[in-house]
Amino acid sequence: MTQWSGYLGLILQGALVTVELTLMGSVLALVMAFLAGIGRVSRFFIVRALATTYIEFFRGTSIFVQLFWAYFVLPFVGLSLTPLQAGVLALGLNVGAYAAEVVRGAILSIGDEQYEACTALNLGRWQGMRHVILPQALLVMLPTFGNNAIELLKATSVVSLISLADLTFQAQVVRSQTGSTLMPFASVLVIYFVLALIISWGVRSLERRMARGLDGVRV
Amino acid sequence: MPAPIIKVDAISKSFGAFKVLDGLSMQVMPGEKLALIGPSGSGKTTILRILMTLERIDGGHIQIDGEQLYHMERNGQLLPADERHLAKMRQKIGMVFQLFNLFPHKCVMDNVTLAPMLTKGVARAAAEKRAMELLDMVGLADKAKAMPAQLSGGQKQRVAIARALALSPKIMLFDEVTSALDPELVEEVLNVMRKLAAETDMTMLLVTHEMGFAHDFADRVLFFDRGKIVEEGKPDEIFRHPKQERTQGFLKKIIAAGHRV
Repeated sequence: MTQWSGYLGLILQGALVTVELTLMGSVLALVMAFLAGIGRVSRFFIVRALATTYIEFFRGTSIFVQLFWAYFVLPFVGLSLTPLQAGVLALGLNVGAYAAEVVRGAILSIGDEQYEACTALNLGRWQGMRHVILPQALLVMLPTFGNNAIELLKATSVVSLISLADLTFQAQVVRSQTGSTLMPFASVLVIYFVLALIISWGVRSLERRMARGLDGVRV
Repeated sequence: MPAPIIKVDAISKSFGAFKVLDGLSMQVMPGEKLALIGPSGSGKTTILRILMTLERIDGGHIQIDGEQLYHMERNGQLLPADERHLAKMRQKIGMVFQLFNLFPHKCVMDNVTLAPMLTKGVARAAAEKRAMELLDMVGLADKAKAMPAQLSGGQKQRVAIARALALSPKIMLFDEVTSALDPELVEEVLNVMRKLAAETDMTMLLVTHEMGFAHDFADRVLFFDRGKIVEEGKPDEIFRHPKQERTQGFLKKIIAAGHRV
């Protein structure tokens, strides 16, 4: 049993790497989602074209391939990344492309009357976006952002392929060292599930907080 | 004789194949209270939306306060207005909508102070002081911290009026501001507008189906039908002695529907 606790420590170390990747990847994904999502509704053709290209490219190619490019190909053009940097880059850009469409959809879901009120009050396009449209759109985005974050959490396991010692990687290490399959794979199953639950719960409580006052009941 | 504050010259506007405005011309004097009446689809709301730059015109010219609205003069030439010119022109005009269009995520106070702070650089303290005066004027000083969803329709519309007034426009446009209200809430909004008309020299254009209110409120009534002004005159002339057959027909229908004139 003491032997197991040592291996469990190894798996928990992996879990820490997974959490780290998820957090940093999510931050990058969020930044990319807003840049590309707002870019998609820009007045300027070139901005729309850039945003669309980014979204279609990263949605249309596999996360594995993107990760291999970040880690194995970029060094050829003089950009060497650590496995963690490559992982964050690939995960953030990939999930950001999906989330950008969420941002765009949420912006478009806000009714014309809000845009018209902005015009009538002479707010500039960006002022209206920043103070009127986005705060309301954020509430629409949140549930799907929760989905995206969970997708990102699960996708972090691909980094085990570039030998980053995340949760999945450590499970395989433990399996090969102990010969036991059940213990490492059962524990990573539980850990991924608990992490996803934490994300769900966090997003839901954020949603509740932001909806406060909007329906006139909860204040 | 002072110059008109609004000069609409032969404007046309189509939505697809439907011609909403067909060579419409009109003038409004500073301080004048105008009621625009007519059947739905006659173009009366469209002309308000055009003045607020919510719809663009297909042809013609509009002057607000001596300046072109949709054109800019550059070296003696008239060019289409850019966003900066439109923003400058919008400072002269405020609008109140049928469905209030309040910002649901902001409290009453923030709804009123947002635009003065952002577009005119007014400091928060000054903007809030002015907002309290305006909320007091519309009878909602005690609701400053309330969220829009906690208010009745009549209260929402009064907040919307205060919000538009906070930018001190020279011209106020009211687009069927009581049409979405329960009957018992109509009067509180109309009272605010009466007060506004009595206490300020703002130019006010209102599109309405409240014929009784239009009669008491307006200096002049314009009857719209099929994108044209068919008849115009003092309220008594239009409501008591309409000359045109179409005006007579419209008023007859309105009275039959139970509206008081």
